[in-house]
Amino acid sequence: MSSLLWEEVPLSWFLLLSAVLFSLGVVGFLIKRNLITVFMSIELMLNGVNLSFVTFAHQWHTVKGQIFVFFVMVVAAAEAAVGLAIIISVFRARATLAVDRIDLMKL
Amino acid sequence: MSPHLPLWLIPLLPFAGFLINGILGRRLPKWIVTTVALATPLAAFGVVLEAAAGVFGAGAFQGSLPRISLPWVETCPFAWISAGSLHVDFSFVLDQLSLVMLLVVTGVGFLIHVYSVGYMSDDEGYARYFSYLNLFLFFMSVLVLAANALVMFIGWEGVGLASYLLIGFYFEKKSAADAGKKAFIVNRIGDFGFLIAMFLLLANFGTLTFTEIATKLGQDPGWQGGVVTVIALCLMLGAAGKSAQLPLYIWLPDAMEGPTPVSALIHAATMVTAGVYMVARNHVLFNHAPFALGVVAVVGALTAIFAATIALVQNDIKRVLAYSTISQLGYMFLGCGVAAYSAAIFHLVTHAFFKALLFLAAGAVIHGLGGEQDLRKMGGLWKKLPFTFAVTTVGVLAIAGFFPFAGFFSKDAILYAAFLQGPNGRVLWFVGVVTALLTSFYMFRLWYLAFLGKPRSPEAHPHESPWSMRGPLLILALLSVGGGWIGIECFGGFLAPVVGARGAEGGSAQLELILSQVAVGVALAGWLVAHLLYREKSTLAANVAAALPGSYKLLVGKYFVDEFYGATVVKPLLGLSKFFLEWVVEIAILGGAAWLLGGVAKLAGAALQRWQSGNLRSYAAWVAAGAAAVLLFLLVPWATVLASLTAIHLGVAGH
Repeated sequence: MSSLLWEEVPLSWFLLLSAVLFSLGVVGFLIKRNLITVFMSIELMLNGVNLSFVTFAHQWHTVKGQIFVFFVMVVAAAEAAVGLAIIISVFRARATLAVDRIDLMKL
Repeated sequence: MSPHLPLWLIPLLPFAGFLINGILGRRLPKWIVTTVALATPLAAFGVVLEAAAGVFGAGAFQGSLPRISLPWVETCPFAWISAGSLHVDFSFVLDQLSLVMLLVVTGVGFLIHVYSVGYMSDDEGYARYFSYLNLFLFFMSVLVLAANALVMFIGWEGVGLASYLLIGFYFEKKSAADAGKKAFIVNRIGDFGFLIAMFLLLANFGTLTFTEIATKLGQDPGWQGGVVTVIALCLMLGAAGKSAQLPLYIWLPDAMEGPTPVSALIHAATMVTAGVYMVARNHVLFNHAPFALGVVAVVGALTAIFAATIALVQNDIKRVLAYSTISQLGYMFLGCGVAAYSAAIFHLVTHAFFKALLFLAAGAVIHGLGGEQDLRKMGGLWKKLPFTFAVTTVGVLAIAGFFPFAGFFSKDAILYAAFLQGPNGRVLWFVGVVTALLTSFYMFRLWYLAFLGKPRSPEAHPHESPWSMRGPLLILALLSVGGGWIGIECFGGFLAPVVGARGAEGGSAQLELILSQVAVGVALAGWLVAHLLYREKSTLAANVAAALPGSYKLLVGKYFVDEFYGATVVKPLLGLSKFFLEWVVEIAILGGAAWLLGGVAKLAGAALQRWQSGNLRSYAAWVAAGAAAVLLFLLVPWATVLASLTAIHLGVAGH
């Protein structure tokens, strides 16, 4: 029974996992040089947030959180498509994916 | 039945005229401007007449007019100033004194409006002129109707503003703009006195209402001298500023830069008499301060003779009249100073008639000569301007104090009252008589130089004024003749409920007769001297001047008072202001502030520019750090942490 499972795993564990996922995303975003890895770190952060949404939705017995998760997944999918397209065109133009080298916008 | 008397209409009607002509005047056709400008003072005059009819006419029109019992107080139903124990109402009072003043202000004011229609007809600023003139009437009636010192102060400042605007009416002319500023600034000195007096009144009496102050003074005989003297002297300073008395008279001669009807209305007939009116209004205060009263009398007498001597040698027709006005105002203060308030107000009224007449006649001469004001270039005008000549003659006879013209009665009343004031009063009387001699001389000098003899500018073609100018002249001439016939007894009796009865101890009809004969005698003597100097031998005057070069120069230079003030007050003040502006304000405050602000911005920029590296990941790191800080702040129970920290600390201290 799923309810049994829920009773065994406390709420804080889910939240902790969510926080760990998010923090890993942040750290990856900050320290990785490869643009694709940075991009994946962002996805990781989004999923960390998604997990907390679902957790709270279950906790409070509402579907609002789950609806939010669907929105986030839709946006993330669209973002992934656009982002990968940008990454490909950046690579074509500059032949590198190191974020520190892509600094045309810098003064 | 309670009679209906819309007192508030008296100031508000001219104010409406000011608004209409001031805002729309440039776009309106001229006839509408004229109609508005004339209708509003006329309507205000009508209200005053209605009030006067209610006061005087109860006997004559039995039953048809409601009898108005004075004083009639009208208070604005809304609280005006109410703060703690301070409570001031916006209220008007109509009593015998303000009724007389209102009749003069709105009556003479209306006549001068009519005159101005002709005089200013070609002026570009026609609507502007009339809007200012209406504004003046508004403030003047507020001043006159005021039931407490603060409302009076509003009118007081307002007429100063209107005076400033009208003196500087021809503002393209630098001298006119400067004269306006001078009048305004010199008046500020007087206003300072008025303000201090108001503060002292509030501090000592807790009220600014004239009647309440009088009541409190009457209840406690302990109010004598001391602070009352200080208050009275401060009020006198204010009056000296507004009414051009020594030592603050210097603005009035320069005020002649304004249009001539303005000189007649503001700087002869009404505004400059506000000081006299104020002293009469506060006469209870002055009566409790004999020293201040003495100061008023001495200042008045000194101003009278001082200005009269300057007027002897002036060649500008308006300046002669200006100094004559100062001198006559001195008479009024002399009257106030010997506690003959009703005589002073009487002289105020007759002076308003004949001085307005003289100014307007001078305006007609200037108008007829195309702007010429120099007496030396006039002469022989009686043939060309017979009407103006006739009315000027009336004015000259009135101001010189010939029987039965108006000036005779009022001047006589003041001199008689001064004579009865003991030995000091005799000195004042003597000064007054000498002034009367000088007055008669300089007025006949003006008369001879302008109207008699041979024309000194043959190329000029003077023309008589239009009827809009002659009508007011005629009415004022009639008033200058008959204005005094009411007599000081009747006039003083009417004013007695407000300013107290005229003290005439030790006087007798015989003494009065002798004194008036003396007065007429000196007037005749003045005429005779003027006749000898300017009619018989026109070279004689120059010879006299050459024989006394020192005093002549002193008089022509107006005692060099302007120069004296320039050297002792204006120059140091200007130097100080310049120093302050250039060194303290420019360099220290402005320069320092700019330097400081620039330095702070520069330092902050140098410190913060490292932050803005352009490195996207460092920004992201800062965002993350910020989020972490917020979390830390929200999630950690700081109160508990602090408490436990304190406990540890105490525990350590306990060991």
